[in-house]
Amino acid sequence: MSYDPIDITLIGAKIALVFFVILTLAAYLVFAERKVLAWIQDRKGPNRVGPFGLLQPLADLIKLLTKEDFRPIGADKWLFYLAPAMAAIPAIMIFAVIPFGAPLTVFGHSVELQISDLNVGLLLFLALSSIAVYGVALGGWASNSKYALLGSIRGLAQLISYELSMGLSLVPVVMLARSFRLSDIVAAQSGCWFIVYQPLAFIIFLISIAAECKRIPFDLPEAEGELVAGFHTEYSGMRFGLFFVGEYINIIVLGGLAATFFLGGWHGPWLPPVIWFSGKVLAFAFLFIWMRGTLPRLRYDQLMHFGWKILTPLALVNILVTGWWLVLRG
Amino acid sequence: METYLFYILAVVTVIGTILAITEKHPVHAIVHLVTSFFSLAAIFFLLAAPLIAMFEVIIYAGAVMVLFMFVIMMLDPGRTDQAGRPGLRQWLLPAILGVIILVSIGVLAAGYVTAPHTSSAITVREFAVTLFRKYGVAIEIISMQLLFAVVGALYLGRRRAP
Repeated sequence: MSYDPIDITLIGAKIALVFFVILTLAAYLVFAERKVLAWIQDRKGPNRVGPFGLLQPLADLIKLLTKEDFRPIGADKWLFYLAPAMAAIPAIMIFAVIPFGAPLTVFGHSVELQISDLNVGLLLFLALSSIAVYGVALGGWASNSKYALLGSIRGLAQLISYELSMGLSLVPVVMLARSFRLSDIVAAQSGCWFIVYQPLAFIIFLISIAAECKRIPFDLPEAEGELVAGFHTEYSGMRFGLFFVGEYINIIVLGGLAATFFLGGWHGPWLPPVIWFSGKVLAFAFLFIWMRGTLPRLRYDQLMHFGWKILTPLALVNILVTGWWLVLRG
Repeated sequence: METYLFYILAVVTVIGTILAITEKHPVHAIVHLVTSFFSLAAIFFLLAAPLIAMFEVIIYAGAVMVLFMFVIMMLDPGRTDQAGRPGLRQWLLPAILGVIILVSIGVLAAGYVTAPHTSSAITVREFAVTLFRKYGVAIEIISMQLLFAVVGALYLGRRRAP
């Protein structure tokens, strides 16, 4: 295998760009969430720092960085320090396989707007999202606190259960696109988006990713009414910040994946592809914030019953029907 | 480049596995084992088998180890620093199995043929065709076995009348 310096530079530039955009977007998503929630609840929201409160994320960052880095007595030192990174890093890594725009031509080089076009891209997403469970599990366990442990046991059970329905809801997408490669899945939707063929799979995927981000109808691992703050109760400063930002990175990445699998990725008329892609991602982010503003939290048994007895069987039936349909159509 | 990467990953895998065996605390052992699975997956990737690499992470690191973790967190293992080392009785069976594996590796290595060098990654289609055409019956038998296991687990876990 040969290594062209221009290719390596391009890949490095793409990685740096994606890192910068995702981290900035995640910080501003926190701000947007506070503003939208305030609007839903008929308040003003943060409006003191900078014009319209736009510098609020920066102020929050300074606050988190200057706080005391606290570790409870009896906590498991290394795992306690590692867990926040283990929650945030897999979420960023998933973005490596998402195509966020049509291929460009720069200085005679064809540049794909995607960091790595793996032929098992969809499986890499499932693999990394199953690894992200360790951040929640180890963070709660290493804190040596009852609330944190209860939160992370809940988190483990919830993430395992909803990963299953999430994976199964993607099988029809693979059957239609006949590939695990994300650029092929996007190309297969150039005529018609998969949401038209697979509305049920889309709904199952959407519910499952809401559970994977631990967002409000499914935020049992950190239910503040019962568990103080769940698995990150004992964390302070930037370590808490990593858990917190990791959740928003997760929203961006999973929104991007939902757009790629069901809404045609970067395909769309008139506007440039990158704009279409970001628009779809932001629409999903808004949907998640809206859900947080309107829905109550599920009870734990309802969560488990819903995942195992409704979503998973529905996803399996959907796979069967899609298979029959593909065979009959020839 | 690939060779250096291979040696780094191989060292990480071996050290991770040794630490997973010698570590007394089960949660730490799980973390070491997951590290070792991860670098093993990267080695599979270097060997042009991305699909196997992904299965390694999804099934072993992502599902099996998470279930182990779940069970350990539910049943608090207590003070593990006072746990003793396993005695001869516990070592005997693993030692015999280890000798069998080492001997078979030796036999394979004595009459070895170099694997055909593949520069391109194995596609999902090739993998699926081999799995379901050539080993179709075996797959069906395994899936039946898993079904029995699920039914058995349901029977054991059912709510008994008081």
